Amino acid sequence: MTELQAERARERTIESSAVPRIETRSKRLRYIDVLIAVAAFALLAALPFLFSSKALIDFVIRCAAFGLFATSLNLLVGYTGMISFGHGMFFGLGAYGFGLIMQRTGVPIPVAFIGTLLITTLVAAVIGAICVRLKEIYFAFVTLAFQMLIHSTIVSWTSLTGGDQGLRGGIPRPVFLGIDLSNQMHLYIASCTLLVSGLLLMRQIAQSPFGYTLRMIRDNASRASFIGIDVWRAKLTIFVLAALFASTGGIIMSLFVSGAYPEFAYWTISGEGIFINMLGGVTTFLGPMVGTVLLLILNDTVTRLTEYYGIVLGIVILFFAIGLRKGLMDFMVEWCEQRRDGAKERA
Amino acid sequence: MLEVKHLSKSFGGVKAADDITLSFAEGSLTAVIGPNGAGKSTFFNLITGALRPDSGHILLNGVDMAGRSPPDIVRHGIGRAFQVARIFPSLTVHETMLAAVGADQRRASVLHRRFPLAETRDRAELAMEVLGLTGKRDRTAATLSHGDQKLLDIALALVLDPKVLLLDEPTAGMGTEERWRMIDQVHELWERQKITVVFIEHDMDIVFKIAPMIVVLCYGRILATGTPDAIRNDDAVIEAYLGTEHAGAAA
Repeated sequence: MTELQAERARERTIESSAVPRIETRSKRLRYIDVLIAVAAFALLAALPFLFSSKALIDFVIRCAAFGLFATSLNLLVGYTGMISFGHGMFFGLGAYGFGLIMQRTGVPIPVAFIGTLLITTLVAAVIGAICVRLKEIYFAFVTLAFQMLIHSTIVSWTSLTGGDQGLRGGIPRPVFLGIDLSNQMHLYIASCTLLVSGLLLMRQIAQSPFGYTLRMIRDNASRASFIGIDVWRAKLTIFVLAALFASTGGIIMSLFVSGAYPEFAYWTISGEGIFINMLGGVTTFLGPMVGTVLLLILNDTVTRLTEYYGIVLGIVILFFAIGLRKGLMDFMVEWCEQRRDGAKERA
Repeated sequence: MLEVKHLSKSFGGVKAADDITLSFAEGSLTAVIGPNGAGKSTFFNLITGALRPDSGHILLNGVDMAGRSPPDIVRHGIGRAFQVARIFPSLTVHETMLAAVGADQRRASVLHRRFPLAETRDRAELAMEVLGLTGKRDRTAATLSHGDQKLLDIALALVLDPKVLLLDEPTAGMGTEERWRMIDQVHELWERQKITVVFIEHDMDIVFKIAPMIVVLCYGRILATGTPDAIRNDDAVIEAYLGTEHAGAAA
């Protein structure tokens, strides 16, 4: 029996048994997500062959770094209702952690990657354990305070981090498994791989039973505890998981610029994360990704046209916050729903 | 069987629960009544772990629940619905039920599978059916009527298969007709599920009609316990509560 036949036979038994079509359905949804991810990756991989523009490739790499960061922030903001103003600290931690491990130890890149994620887990668990008990504005400000703590540490610990000059002298990127990340194309494909697999993992988190636990906590945390959910543990778990993806974004960034700078850990990075989420919208999974692309395009065009970059971005965010009262993807989803309902009424 | 022994709780100088000793037999239906501020909700909050008792014991089949956290107590089998429906506004009725069953099966932190889990389906269906929410399964909780939100809140407690179900004013904020429908549903659910139900209720007609056992609280103390007939003829109760209430209703 071929694998396909076995698969079909298995599907038949699932369908014919009294147990649940529900699970077959959710499995199918997972396949769809994987298909979309594969298609998106193929598209990204084909881009350099369609347009031989170095700027485009750089743009996509930055999108990968910020996209992972912003989407992970949405796991906290949109799915769990935890508005973190300090999520950028894990972006900075990723960049510095990875850069330092590579500069100081010379281990292979995958080892440094995993090492950085381990450090992030540890730091996020400690900071999270302190922060996640707090609610709303208190949570927001204590995360912000930790962000500033990490930033000041980086700036003042000159012997380790290079202070406000950042990690200079480049990050060594030795070849591993035939992959040379100092080659722009290799870095591009690696970034796309990290982006797509990171998004797929976060999508899985969002659609898992745990993802629905997060939604319950967002909607009504005390009720969630009365159906037996350990709210503190769930919040800490997602805080650490989100930090890991933000850290991965930071690693991509440090590879891209071959260094790490204090700005990566400054509060403005967290602010940009929030900004991206407002632009793209927090009610859809891909909202932050769309927001990332929007912000980076805005960033690149506006800085080229005027030095009053802040004013333009401020106006744009006011338009989204006051005009649309939601992010672009939220707006699109509602618009599509309205059209569909309208069509139904006419029919 | 749920036993409460010498339960006390005070807020500053106010004794909200004053040496309460009670027992609820397995499969019993008990109404808790009492004037405003009698300590009825405090009593529920103590049993469910929302408040920590100053002293006393809460024994569920012999295991002491006093001082434990709400999730822990829920897992031992004491479920609760609230006076003002506490639900998850953005989830649909069906999702709410499935997620709650998942939590009860200790699968709330499963990451590698997709929601909803197949093994949560049957119990979710059953709870929706018992409370007549099956037809509204795909409605978002926020869009439900007040009455349906209360039902959803009860369903949320019931779906966890509790041994004891505490209902804090299931008919609060409802019109007369809706009240009776709700209370019929509570009665039916008690008969079907064979669980211990304790409910707080203000409407005396309802209490005397459906509750085989009544507890009267006043200033944090038990004023009387007994069958509807015994309560109706209890002098202390008449003086403290029923007398005035019924006189008011008659006027």
